[in-house]
Amino acid sequence: MKFGVVVFPGTWSDRDCGQVIEQVLGAEVRYLWHKDRDLQGCDCVILPGGFSYGDYLRCGAIARFSPVMESVVTFAEHGGLVWGICNGFQVLCETGLLPGALIRNEACQFRCEPAHLFVERADLIYTANLDRGAVLEIPISHGEGNYFADPATLSQIEQNGQVVFRYCQPDGLVVPAANPNGSLHNIAGIVNEAGNVLGMMPHPERRAEVELGGEDGLKLFNSVVDAMNDILVAS
Amino acid sequence: MVNYLATVVVTLKQVVNDPQGLTVKSGLRQLGFDEVEGVRVGKHIEVRLTAEDEKAARTRVSEMCRRLLANHVIEDVRFQVEEQDAQVGASR
Amino acid sequence: MPVTKKKLREVALSEQEYKRVVELLDRQPNDVELGMIGVLWSEHCSYKTSRPLLRRLPSSGSRVLQGPGENAGAIDVGEGWAAVFKIESHNHPSAIEPYQGAATGVGGILRDVAAMGARPVALLDSLRFGPLPESRRLFDGVVSGIGGYGNCVGVPTVGGEVYFEPAYAGNPVVNAMCLGLVPTERLRKARAEGVGNLLLLAGADTGRDGIHGASFASLELDDSSEERRPAVQVGNPFLEKCLIEALQELAESTAVIGIQDLGAAGLTSAVAEAASKAGSGALIDVAEVPRREQGMSPYEVMLSESQERMLLIVKRGRQAEVQKVLERWDLHSAVIGMVTGDGHLDVVEGREQVARVPVDVLTSLCPTRTLEAKPPDHSRYRLDLTEIREEPADPTATLLRLLAHPNLCSRRPVVRQYDHMVGNATVVRPGGDAAMIRINGTQIGIAMTTDGSGRYCELDPYLGAQIAIAEAARNIVATGARPVAITDCLNFGNPDKPDVYWQLEETISGMANACRALDLPIVSGNVSLYNDTDGRSIYPTPVIGMVGVIDDYSKRLEAGFKEDGDFVLLVGVTANDLGGSHYLEVEHGVFAGRPPEVDLLQERAVLEFILAAAAAGLLRSAHDVAEGGMLVALAECCLMSKKGMRGPPLSAGGDLRFDALLFGETQGRFLVSLPSRSMPEIQNLARKHRIEIQMLGMTGGDQLEFEGQFKVSLEEMERAHEGGLG
Repeated sequence: MKFGVVVFPGTWSDRDCGQVIEQVLGAEVRYLWHKDRDLQGCDCVILPGGFSYGDYLRCGAIARFSPVMESVVTFAEHGGLVWGICNGFQVLCETGLLPGALIRNEACQFRCEPAHLFVERADLIYTANLDRGAVLEIPISHGEGNYFADPATLSQIEQNGQVVFRYCQPDGLVVPAANPNGSLHNIAGIVNEAGNVLGMMPHPERRAEVELGGEDGLKLFNSVVDAMNDILVAS
Repeated sequence: MVNYLATVVVTLKQVVNDPQGLTVKSGLRQLGFDEVEGVRVGKHIEVRLTAEDEKAARTRVSEMCRRLLANHVIEDVRFQVEEQDAQVGASR
Repeated sequence: MPVTKKKLREVALSEQEYKRVVELLDRQPNDVELGMIGVLWSEHCSYKTSRPLLRRLPSSGSRVLQGPGENAGAIDVGEGWAAVFKIESHNHPSAIEPYQGAATGVGGILRDVAAMGARPVALLDSLRFGPLPESRRLFDGVVSGIGGYGNCVGVPTVGGEVYFEPAYAGNPVVNAMCLGLVPTERLRKARAEGVGNLLLLAGADTGRDGIHGASFASLELDDSSEERRPAVQVGNPFLEKCLIEALQELAESTAVIGIQDLGAAGLTSAVAEAASKAGSGALIDVAEVPRREQGMSPYEVMLSESQERMLLIVKRGRQAEVQKVLERWDLHSAVIGMVTGDGHLDVVEGREQVARVPVDVLTSLCPTRTLEAKPPDHSRYRLDLTEIREEPADPTATLLRLLAHPNLCSRRPVVRQYDHMVGNATVVRPGGDAAMIRINGTQIGIAMTTDGSGRYCELDPYLGAQIAIAEAARNIVATGARPVAITDCLNFGNPDKPDVYWQLEETISGMANACRALDLPIVSGNVSLYNDTDGRSIYPTPVIGMVGVIDDYSKRLEAGFKEDGDFVLLVGVTANDLGGSHYLEVEHGVFAGRPPEVDLLQERAVLEFILAAAAAGLLRSAHDVAEGGMLVALAECCLMSKKGMRGPPLSAGGDLRFDALLFGETQGRFLVSLPSRSMPEIQNLARKHRIEIQMLGMTGGDQLEFEGQFKVSLEEMERAHEGGLG
């Protein structure tokens, strides 16, 4: 199982993702430089958090034109696993691999704090080890994580069951008070229709060790590793 | 080739919540500007470019807006193009 | 004298200093030379007022790898790692433009650490403003500026402090500290060594930003500040992030001889410093400096304070390999000159000589100043405790008011705006005593804190300075880490006023004394003087940035209680220390008295006791008792863990006043919790260290209760604590 972690100028969760993949999961990681097109045979490509190109103009707007993104789009279109976290989610929306957009937090302030996520989909490779209705504690850290889609797109997303995570209370109740940034329908993460491209604002790589506050994020990484190992063994 | 200055204004679509605009609005109200009914905050982008003529310049700027300067999921964009004195452009 | 008074005022030199310049050069300086000397002889760059006093501070120790004099200090933290750190002020720029002032303060301190070859891994910020709501704009702007820069570069902001006092209303204190990590053998120095080696300027292009920023920071703010103020510098954290990454890629390159950050006084200071440290000279061609603006004069290029620039001293012939790395990160760079051997800084523009000044005239020969010191009149701070009743009318109500006090309440509204987790290393998050990061791949934990009490220093700078160091040490020790070294930022008013100079002297004496007693060298620091508005000085505010080390971070402690049914002990002796306390202010509207005494021997004994108990695994939590006193500290332990505590009624006994027991700010005290089975061992250990311990109660429940005396629910305390910043 080989993870690829894309590095744009201004990316900073690349090293954190790499640390989890190598030191916690014991899997292989390749850093994919934004100017390169070769995905080096990775099984899952992570677009990590950060401020790619300073988030100037719009978050992710410039990064989406990097050479590496051409390969990532093709990879995704052929069913490859593409996982956008925080800034990576923003890049995926800018690219059009995921619907909607992420705009400034309702409070107009950066928010770095724990969030609780209600798991809506447990049938994805990313969530295979979870149960539907499970509650994960995974922190957010963003200034522009307020999910927006026009009403037609939003209802389409809901009908298709593309919402994977919603902000909720610790007890799992999805209520406005649990929404840290103003996201429509408390959306914290969505998947494309095919189920191989996931975008989420919270940072699962920051919850992969008890020493750092918990292992809820690790569950997602483990799901991917287990599912991919099954596939790799089967093929 | 002629020098042009394109002034691009990007605003959030009406349907999109604009928390910055709301904050500025309440700020203005607090300062006693009770007549303020609404505020939208956007971006002002100046692009200096050269083109054969104004029509060509407009086509290129429109392309820039479509591809990079605005995200059409959330933003509206409008621009104007004016011919510019080369001297002024160079000293900037 | 052909130089006008106006000109001298512009470069902030006195007539006497100008005469000295002429003597040293043996001729009149030209305008460029005068500008360069003026800015390097400013207080901000030369420390001409504070330098003679700073010599009193100890700066060596067995773990010190780099003391004062480089871009930042460095200590050995074990397993081949060095921690590099420094604190710096950005008070004046933040007063003018809070967002950018604070942001570029963060940018500057990050570069100081990066220039040492280290990867910056933690930021802390020590902030002081006038009271809310009047200071809301400054406070909000500074906080979002710190977040805006730190969050974008991806370095976690793990700690700091915020205070609100009328004395800072016109002149906020904004001090930023950064800590970085580097394998010890890769520590870099800012040395322009080897004649013929090249000066490579990397990063942002040079514009007219902040010309005379350093001189500006060396004058009082007044009505004319608006017009004299240099162009506000706008930070580009994205560029800085790329610069940091590129320097990390160059970490092992032997083509790079030295690195120097460009900060105050820009190129002039960077080149002069690097040449001075190497005992060399330098030649700069300003025509080679990449510009952002056209038509800049050599004077402007030499004095520009454009942000996000770094000077690399590169081996001649190997510039291409260095530039290749910079280009990979889309960074501009240009060879702008070379190292020379004649001890002069030569500035040319193409073929034309623009300036030629001996390097030591720019640096070491700047005359120091010894000023008149006179204690201020303290009669307004006189306090007679016998006139104040000993019992608070309603301890619960007082506690809630203290918990809601802007200086004591929850910092969550601030902390949540900073990314404090990026790096996957923050093992103790902000909100407790000190923050702790681990070195990934090892078990080493590094604890960090900033502490400084302007209130205490205003009442007695000697004691206040000692308290700042003692409190910082307690904060470090409360995590189980051993304090190792200090970086300090001295924020004072105009030292030309005898009472301010006296405060500076007293503060430094107090610091020196405490540092020696606790074995803590000061390895880096910064002095910010002239923090005055309309003739009024800020409180004397020494900010102590302290760093500690624990060999195994899995043994770390936090402030909040951990388990139900644990014993809670007060460690240390309580005295009638109400002078300068928040209690007197909140309950009686009085800010007066003498700050608590610091018995340094006793302080050291308490620190050793806690460290021994933590190392032996006896403790479940530890928290420093500080501002607000014991009851506030207890409430904090409860709130951090959402666990209550219940104990028998408190009684003062002897000469101790009841209000001092609850809310006095006696130094040298901790609150610890531990399982009952550890009690015999703790008692033995306390006897051995000659430390007094007192049982307060047992953890559990949802209120803080002293049976039959008073009680308050966690919910009520939380409401007060969370709402304090409005």
